[in-house]
Amino acid sequence: MTGLQDRLTPQQVEDFGREMDELRQRVVADLGKSDVDYIQNVIKIQRSLEISGRALLFAGFFPPAWIAGVGALSLSKILDNMEIGHNVMHGQYDWTRDPALSSQRFEWDTVAPAENWRHSHNYIHHTYTNILDKDRDVGYGILRIDPEQKWHPYYLGNPVYAVVLAFMFQWGVMLHDLEFDRVVKGERKWSEFAEVRKRMLRKASRQVGKDYVLFPLLTGPLAPLTLLGNASANVVRNLWAFSIIFCGHFPADVESFTEQETENESRGQWYLRQILGSANITGGPLFHLLSGNLSHQIEHHLFPDIPACRYPKIAPEVRAICEKYGLPYHTGPLHKQLFSVAKKIVKLALPGSGRANAPEPSTLNRDRNLEAA
Amino acid sequence: MGRLAALAGTLLTPHGIDRYLELIDPMLVREEIRAEVTEVCRQTPGTVTLTLRPSRAWPGFTAGQYVRVSVDINGVRRTRCYSPAGSAHRPGRLELTIRAHDHGLVSRYLHRAARQGLVLGLSRPEGGFTLPDPRPEKLLLISGGSGITPVLSMLRTLADEDHRGDVTLLHYAATAADVPYREELERLGARPGTRVVLAHTRGGAGRLRGRFGERHLKEAAPWYRDARTYLCGPEPLRDAVAELYADAGLSERLHTEEFTPPSMRLDTSDASGRVRFTRSGTEAANTGRPLLEQAEAAGLNPEHGCRMGICFSCTQVKAKGAVRDVRSGEVSDDENEEIQLCISVPVGDVEIDC
Repeated sequence: MTGLQDRLTPQQVEDFGREMDELRQRVVADLGKSDVDYIQNVIKIQRSLEISGRALLFAGFFPPAWIAGVGALSLSKILDNMEIGHNVMHGQYDWTRDPALSSQRFEWDTVAPAENWRHSHNYIHHTYTNILDKDRDVGYGILRIDPEQKWHPYYLGNPVYAVVLAFMFQWGVMLHDLEFDRVVKGERKWSEFAEVRKRMLRKASRQVGKDYVLFPLLTGPLAPLTLLGNASANVVRNLWAFSIIFCGHFPADVESFTEQETENESRGQWYLRQILGSANITGGPLFHLLSGNLSHQIEHHLFPDIPACRYPKIAPEVRAICEKYGLPYHTGPLHKQLFSVAKKIVKLALPGSGRANAPEPSTLNRDRNLEAA
Repeated sequence: MGRLAALAGTLLTPHGIDRYLELIDPMLVREEIRAEVTEVCRQTPGTVTLTLRPSRAWPGFTAGQYVRVSVDINGVRRTRCYSPAGSAHRPGRLELTIRAHDHGLVSRYLHRAARQGLVLGLSRPEGGFTLPDPRPEKLLLISGGSGITPVLSMLRTLADEDHRGDVTLLHYAATAADVPYREELERLGARPGTRVVLAHTRGGAGRLRGRFGERHLKEAAPWYRDARTYLCGPEPLRDAVAELYADAGLSERLHTEEFTPPSMRLDTSDASGRVRFTRSGTEAANTGRPLLEQAEAAGLNPEHGCRMGICFSCTQVKAKGAVRDVRSGEVSDDENEEIQLCISVPVGDVEIDC
């Protein structure tokens, strides 16, 4: 692990933080009708895909209709969860004061209740990004994804857990908020999660009710086909969301941090940690849309409450600032990042760091070491 | 239909049926209240009169009440309170007359840009500035400027009821050209028992001249001591009427709609302490402005409506600290107390659960 504090001199960190703040201010001042029109348009596309998908499954006896139905429904769920739900619930559109775009009121088409997720994601993950023992998204309490996580024979199953999590991702996201791992260790009590569990039960029964009971029943004799179609759409969305999210923080060159090195962090240092702890994925406009612009994970972690459609526009500027300060800007195509994550998951199933040799810190601490010498 | 809608709601969870219906037509919504502008008329240079067709969830209103009206301006939803001016007995129709204030973002926008087909958001009607049932034998309505709307609604409602008691509307405006509904007021004033008295503070076309005083009152409604009086207008008029009624021992018979904002006598020079918005984890130095403005300056968007302390939309829990009510100057330091953000100024450190 490279020392977070050693990357830049204090003066540089401050300048760097100011540049980021200025960039943010420029975007915030420019927000307006076009941003609202954009998200309303995505919502319109998502709802149309949803209705078409459901309708096509009524003709599910005809294989092309079934396949098209599953495709439309999968896309609908992906757009709903990624570009709409995730981003709206980050408060990216709270400035519009439209209740339908309010982070506190929005609910998404997945079993995890919005309220539970907002806490663990917006607060815990985005505040303590990649800090071991604090960011509960590091391995989700199930996987060993960082060499600094202590090995245990349980982790021999690492690759299997990852595959299961990928297929069941919406349930994983939901159960994540019960903090099983910490309850088992005795750090939290089961009873503390009564409210959280109640919300899960309510939300999950509604989701299961529509996807696996009501819509299948409505299609009469086609019920099994509809159920299979809905389940497939949920799985497609699960695999997609898992892939995008795991590529955001876990490719090999992304860094993690300790509680000590992030104590009393300044704004500039916080920005710095977000850049070092995140990775982008390259791709075209459609890919960015379907990833909820989480393909711009770096920009998202710097400015989680700025409308995501702005990330591709500011990415060149963020990258230029990173270059100016000699900071890495992790990015790569989906297949490369996915392979990197998969390799890591397999390697870390075994004891040891999983690294051939620790990467050299790419920036200033070398110079500073020289100075010290 | 109800059962079908409930099934549709279950199938369309978690977004609900309105979020799909509105994609076909924004006025199809079942639960949300909206209204479509069907007619736009600019009766006087500074005002615009909108005729609205409300969506199916609109419950109707009682004359004198107000609604919170929302409109999107450059992507941001803005909400203000307006009293419908029409009769309460015309379901499916709503009329708003809005004066464009010099610094009024919403009123100027509506005055400039309102057109047929524009869809506005509406709240349920609110407010207790309403006539008792059965109607009083003698009624005096006093209004000034755009404060005419709730009392005009009362007058039109009474006309629809064919009310025969004594009713006088005493209305103040700068000049005759500033009075909307002039022809209709004339017609209403010709009804048996009803009188409409126009007073002009600048210009002589009206029956009365100058500002409100006992002379006007005696001229317009000599029986005012036996009447119920309903008052809506700018602060100087409200103060003058309230003072006269207090001196005459009639305060109990006077009902006031504080529709125009109270002048906020803010002294920001001695503002001290910090304001913490606990739910969002935001903190800032107290600027001495109302908490709603401070919250917005901190990037928060608390729900709100009138911004003048009447609609209670911005009520939040103050966990700790003291706040001053800008209208009364009263300071309150109770813990876990509900306050209205728009008219509360922090006195020292304050914690708001917002």
